[in-house]
Amino acid sequence: MNIDEFLTYIILPLLSTSSLLVFIRFLMGPQLPDRVVALDLLITIGISIIAVVSIISHRPSFLDIAMIFALIAFLSTVAFSFYLEKRKKNE
Amino acid sequence: MNDIIIMIIISLGTLFILLAAVGLLRMPDLYLRISVTTKAATLGVGLILLGLALYYMETSITTRVIAIIVFLLLTAPISAHVIGRASYFVGIPMWKKTKIDDLDGMYNTKTHDLRSGFEREDELKEENHPENEGLH
Repeated sequence: MNIDEFLTYIILPLLSTSSLLVFIRFLMGPQLPDRVVALDLLITIGISIIAVVSIISHRPSFLDIAMIFALIAFLSTVAFSFYLEKRKKNE
Repeated sequence: MNDIIIMIIISLGTLFILLAAVGLLRMPDLYLRISVTTKAATLGVGLILLGLALYYMETSITTRVIAIIVFLLLTAPISAHVIGRASYFVGIPMWKKTKIDDLDGMYNTKTHDLRSGFEREDELKEENHPENEGLH
């Protein structure tokens, strides 16, 4: 089995399934922090999908986008938790 | 031979990410969900990026992969701690079968100071002094 076929027909569907599961939690999540955690994991799965697509399409420059995604995930989590605490203080 | 090693590493990483997604869906409580996503997903992404570095075998790509992995390993615990702390202050309930909550009553909800429970009396008086309120 060729590595491109293996990645296209086995790994990418598994990653898509896991992102679908996380998206169900993102829609269900009873409160706001659940959604923030689900969003964080969704971006992390996005990084791995970018890495796999970069192998399939032989374009290593996709890695820069993965790096920026990791940065944005961290910043968004920190910003969301900062405003969660602020909202609690103001009430 | 090299392709088989890459396939095994990437499959392991995908398995860890799938387990993290199932755990996020099935865990009963926000804090358990945070613990799942931090560890399993970081390990899975690290393994997939390692497979990518083995596939290309170039210096420029390997350095970028190492930068991403180090960044993820640095930021995942920090973001988990920050969101867990914020949701504890907001008052997200724990799972009803949780037995021990060590932070119960130890946090000052207004100033966000943490007590250890072993303070001497004069330290407690200093904390409650009205002049110190502006410092927090």
